[in-house]
Amino acid sequence: MNFDDTPQEAEFRATARTWVDANAPKELEAELSRSSLGRIRLRNHDMVAVGKAWQKKKAEGGWACLHWPKEYGGRGATPIERVIWQQEEGVFGKLTQPFQIGEGMCGPTVMAYGSEEHKRHYLPKLASGEHIWCQLFSEPAGGSDVAGLRTRAEKKGGDWVVNGQKIWTSGAHYSDYGLLITRSDPNVPKHKGLTMFFLDMKSKGVEIRPITQANGMQEFNEVYFTDVVIPDHQRLGAVGDGWNVSLTTLMNERMSIGARLATGFPEMFDFCSSLMTEDGPAIDNPATRSKLANWAVKASGLKYTSYRAISALSKGERPGPENSIGKLVAGSMLQDIAAYAMDLEGAAGVFTGAAEEEAGGQFQQMLLSSPSMRIAGGTDEILRNIIAERVLGLPGDIRVDKDVPFNKIPTKGR
Amino acid sequence: MNFDFSDDQKQLRDEARKFLAGKCPPKAVRAVLDGKEDYDRGLWQDLAEMGFLGVAIPEEFGGAGAGHLELCVIAEEMGRSLAPVPFSSTVYLAAEAILLAGNDAQKRKWLPAIASGKAIGTLALFEGKGNPSPKGIRLTVSGGSLNGTKKPVPDGAIADFAIVAARTGSSGRDSDISLFLVEAKRGGVEAAALANIDPTRGQAELVFRDCKAEALGAAGEGWSILSQLLDRAAVLMAFEQVGGADRALEMGRDYALDRIAFGRPIGSFQAVKHMLADMYVAATLARSNCYYGAWALSTNAPELPEAAAAARISATQAFQLCARNNIQVHGGMGFTWEFDCHLYYRRANATALGLGSLSYWEDALIERMRKKNAA
Repeated sequence: MNFDDTPQEAEFRATARTWVDANAPKELEAELSRSSLGRIRLRNHDMVAVGKAWQKKKAEGGWACLHWPKEYGGRGATPIERVIWQQEEGVFGKLTQPFQIGEGMCGPTVMAYGSEEHKRHYLPKLASGEHIWCQLFSEPAGGSDVAGLRTRAEKKGGDWVVNGQKIWTSGAHYSDYGLLITRSDPNVPKHKGLTMFFLDMKSKGVEIRPITQANGMQEFNEVYFTDVVIPDHQRLGAVGDGWNVSLTTLMNERMSIGARLATGFPEMFDFCSSLMTEDGPAIDNPATRSKLANWAVKASGLKYTSYRAISALSKGERPGPENSIGKLVAGSMLQDIAAYAMDLEGAAGVFTGAAEEEAGGQFQQMLLSSPSMRIAGGTDEILRNIIAERVLGLPGDIRVDKDVPFNKIPTKGR
Repeated sequence: MNFDFSDDQKQLRDEARKFLAGKCPPKAVRAVLDGKEDYDRGLWQDLAEMGFLGVAIPEEFGGAGAGHLELCVIAEEMGRSLAPVPFSSTVYLAAEAILLAGNDAQKRKWLPAIASGKAIGTLALFEGKGNPSPKGIRLTVSGGSLNGTKKPVPDGAIADFAIVAARTGSSGRDSDISLFLVEAKRGGVEAAALANIDPTRGQAELVFRDCKAEALGAAGEGWSILSQLLDRAAVLMAFEQVGGADRALEMGRDYALDRIAFGRPIGSFQAVKHMLADMYVAATLARSNCYYGAWALSTNAPELPEAAAAARISATQAFQLCARNNIQVHGGMGFTWEFDCHLYYRRANATALGLGSLSYWEDALIERMRKKNAA
């Protein structure tokens, strides 16, 4: 048992480190280090522009989507090399946020189901950050129940015509392409009538409206489709096989989201160490210590769980199912930590931003943002189902809509 | 990075699991639970023959000389099978104390006896309620004789010898505490088994009356040795707890698959699935913290105090949650004497206290993290 690199890993790490040292935008390092939760906003720079510049540089140096094959813009790196790269990229990895959905979900789906011509055309530009991709899955009527989606695709001649609405689409407003799942046949049970496409987000009939979130920010969009024409060659997988195609995408979603998880613990430990209460430093209070200890062992448990997965990769094995716990543990931890940090401030815990004098409103922002961590990329409840079914082998939930034609499924609760 | 047990260590785990499945079925645990035996003597001898009792004892002292990673994998299996033997007291406490602080003669006398199953040892630390603390140690020493009472002493009624924490000063400092070694058969100590929530592992009161004792380690070093000893034992006990947690989770999962209610397996209800998923999460976090503890223990890393506390807290929580939820998944049957759920519930809650309770380790972890940050 040890934490050392193998000689090959050490060599790869040294190469990566040298390249990052020579090329990373060091002027942003401090600002990037401070932002630990949610989407990054830079004071004097446009996040997407800075991200694109960094991604382009990485692509030129052979460090973009490095686990992808070389012919599609990657480096052909092994899984453990990808992990080492992420460690060495460090805080600059936060700059890749606009590309994570493309790299983690859309790219792998195109790679699995696209034609060779499409792969060679689209993937290198995705890898280099020239094109940003978004994922158009969730709908007002289908969040956790993705297969309940209603956006229609109808075949007209050699093309498809799409009408409907998507929601919660991160980055749609700056994306060039989108991965779109549609209902092509409402007369068969819901999982059977779906078809997957990709499309140009500038296509006629695509309208993007930002959603203002509960925390006041705008990171997601609604996307409306009105008679949008998609050529049949942009279909991914067979007609009616969209559900299976989407499983490839979603499997990658959980892996890519789990890669960089904030728990809020380091910030909370520092906060409790420095916060003075009437009875002395907050960290001296036994109740506070007990809570901190509980969060500490969750944070270290997640850290060493990822080390176990990395060790499996290093040996060329597939990591076990342990990593499925990451987001489930981290999401509610952020929410609990934020609430308790504010509790320690007493009445003054209500203040936000600069009005909050102890930590610049950090925990108040965490409180307002953290509910999304427990929903996006699989709700806590869906994640528990996944652990119960795929890891523990328990039976799936009984689905009352399983064998019912989609257009016969009730659409209202009461 | 190779943050995992080696293939040999995994093989040892499989071997221990198979061995214990054969030699330590629930029936054997119940023989001790029902008071027919005070511990499983046959199993204890078999464990000695397998080399498990001395797995971390150097060869020159009659052990297998393997190491603490090997001991961790065996500890996990002991917890999984609820082995009703004085393993934790003898191996994690007595043997470790002698390895840490014993002189050559003490090592030569006791370590081979432990490895061969001839001697049961324990640590007599507590004096009634409270967590480990120099202040809680009042047992006195004069002229090499001990006077006072210790309880609870794990496996105290069957122990051949005990490491005893005694007060040798009154300065209010840690150096007031010294350790002694007492041989039960030499007289001066009376042991009485006391009823406890987990009868598969005995707890006793030891009354010392002018009991002859020899020093273990230097005078005034007792608390320093105890602190190291508790950290080391915490990691090993955490592996037992993780083994127990995993088994309780499996029992709950298996029952949820088999039991039908409302015309379907109860494991298809989300309320039940989510309870089991939470058990899996807790057990996984605990296992990962334990691996870090094992690394720190086996390398004597300066991170051991922090790693041990994290492993201890995480494993205690996981075992308690898994044992509790296992009963809940079983419903009424889980509350019968006949089903084994309560054996894990008892063990989970007894092991949560033995080396100091959760609140003690929570406080210790934060104190240790704070010191590290300040340094």
